[in-house]
Amino acid sequence: MAEIRIKNVAKQFGAFTALHSVDMTIRDREFMVLLGASGCGKTTLLRIIAGLETPSQGEVWIGDRRVDKLPPRERGIAMVFQNYAVFPHLTVFENIAFGLRMAKLPQSEVDRRVKRTAELMHIEQLLKRYSGQLSGGQRQRVAVARALAMEPDVILMDEPLSNLDALLRLEMRAELKGVLAESKTTTIYVTHDQVEAMSLADRISVMNGGYIVQSADPVEVYRNPAARFVGSFIGNPPMNFLPATRAGTNQWTVAGRVVPGPNAPRDRIEFAIRPEDMRLGEDGIPATVRVVEPLGAHTLVTTDVDGSMLRALVDSDLSVAPGDHLSLVPQPDRVRWFDPETMEAVR
Amino acid sequence: MTTATDTVSVTRDEVRSASKWLFVAGVVMLCIWVLLPIYFLMINALSSPEEVTSFPKRMFPSFDLASVTFFFKFQGVLRALWNSVQVASLTMILAIGLGAPAGYALSRFDFRGKEAFRFLVIMTRAFPLPLLALPLAIMFIRTGLDDTILGLALVHATLALPFAVLITFSLFSGIPVELEEAAWTLGCTRIQAFYKVILPLALPGIAASAVFAFVISWNEVFAAAVLTIQNRTLTAFLLQSLDVSPLPLKFAGGAMLVLPALIFIFAVRKYLFAMWGIANR
Repeated sequence: MAEIRIKNVAKQFGAFTALHSVDMTIRDREFMVLLGASGCGKTTLLRIIAGLETPSQGEVWIGDRRVDKLPPRERGIAMVFQNYAVFPHLTVFENIAFGLRMAKLPQSEVDRRVKRTAELMHIEQLLKRYSGQLSGGQRQRVAVARALAMEPDVILMDEPLSNLDALLRLEMRAELKGVLAESKTTTIYVTHDQVEAMSLADRISVMNGGYIVQSADPVEVYRNPAARFVGSFIGNPPMNFLPATRAGTNQWTVAGRVVPGPNAPRDRIEFAIRPEDMRLGEDGIPATVRVVEPLGAHTLVTTDVDGSMLRALVDSDLSVAPGDHLSLVPQPDRVRWFDPETMEAVR
Repeated sequence: MTTATDTVSVTRDEVRSASKWLFVAGVVMLCIWVLLPIYFLMINALSSPEEVTSFPKRMFPSFDLASVTFFFKFQGVLRALWNSVQVASLTMILAIGLGAPAGYALSRFDFRGKEAFRFLVIMTRAFPLPLLALPLAIMFIRTGLDDTILGLALVHATLALPFAVLITFSLFSGIPVELEEAAWTLGCTRIQAFYKVILPLALPGIAASAVFAFVISWNEVFAAAVLTIQNRTLTAFLLQSLDVSPLPLKFAGGAMLVLPALIFIFAVRKYLFAMWGIANR
């Protein structure tokens, strides 16, 4: 059992607050992704769980042990670093065996575990090499194998794929997902890549400015952002936002059209829609085309609506050119609303 | 329009080729400045005494070892040589024993006054040794450290320490902190991580830094001359006795002094560049 509970954890670096009182629970065997832009506190949170950073306040529990005062080696964790941190003076075999030797396991057990994890990561043929003789992808595999060989309660990964080229990243992503699901280990994975987060996670925690903004499964995070930031961060291209003014009870005026909406205690709120949730039709949002970008399956059209930018993904058969006037009809059940003061969703 | 661009590009080319010439000329000047004296020293040391005093001078040595042999048979030379080796070895041990931990601390920990400390380390080089020599000599006589190997090694270690600190600082800074952190997560204490991961990676550089401390002590003449009387190091001995020696002996002695330093420095040159922030790969 390795449920991780983080209670009221905060971290200040001098006058800078990297984390504001974070509470979260990561369930046993869950794949949790911490997602956010650089500087949002996600790596700090991971390093606090690992024991590489001391929290300014709060508690960290792994299973039924409070670990925030323990050194990293006593926490039952293994970590994969962004730059792999494969020891250059040791062979791949000795790298994978490093932690096992520190734990003073018998040689037969060391051999067995190194062999098994090396096979799992497809690096059996590299065991005698040094890290200088490996490619980035191979080093990444060694780093993961080294972590898995420890058979830890928790695996922590700090942007493990961000130094790989795009094609390799795709390949490793799928492989990691398989291997980690197989290992049944609780995993915390830090990334700034939303696609990686969506594809890997059981649950995503979106972080911004030292706060956890939303923790939910990937589809929920995508469909129902709890805050404007989540909508604007996740999705490529991200959510569109248009100003809305009150037109009556539960009625709002958006780009000259009156649409039904929530009952918010304000006169101005924001209307939000994802680019793929609009179609061309009668009586839609009047939009002037500015830029047309064919993407293959779809065409991304950037338009101007009363001075606001609105992006729509339309069928690539459609021929549009800059200057055209379109009428974009939002899919009613996909429309979301945000309070421009609190930046939170209005339901 | 076209003409204007042409003019500009021609001018730019001229500037580029002029600066290239200046660069090459500078490099040649520096090389002559350093290499010419060494070259003359070597020629004369390896020529017979008659050739050294004759005219015109030879451009190539005759590989006559008479001067060198005579130099080594000169009374007191071997003892001074042995003193030099002892002092330099002790200097090396002191400089690395104190300097490497300081370099590690500077590269890995943030502490109050870190920048001031780094500055002070360099500042120790700003005090001219002649100014310190007299008080030092008196202090050494009072404590009984005068004319001892240890006393001189202490002074030389002070001279070598700033370099030991700076070289090992840049050395440890070049080793990613993640390697250490990975070792911690894999079951190491801080000290185990240092011995199992950092030390093997830093060892060649530490050795280089030790050699550099050795050379600093080997070459140092002022403190050695002031603080020793009976137990002279080679530099101090040569300063004292070569003044009144014949020319071939001076050349032989000079060459014997320069040679070990040259060989050592050449062997560890890439780590010394690291001290100034040029890549240490």
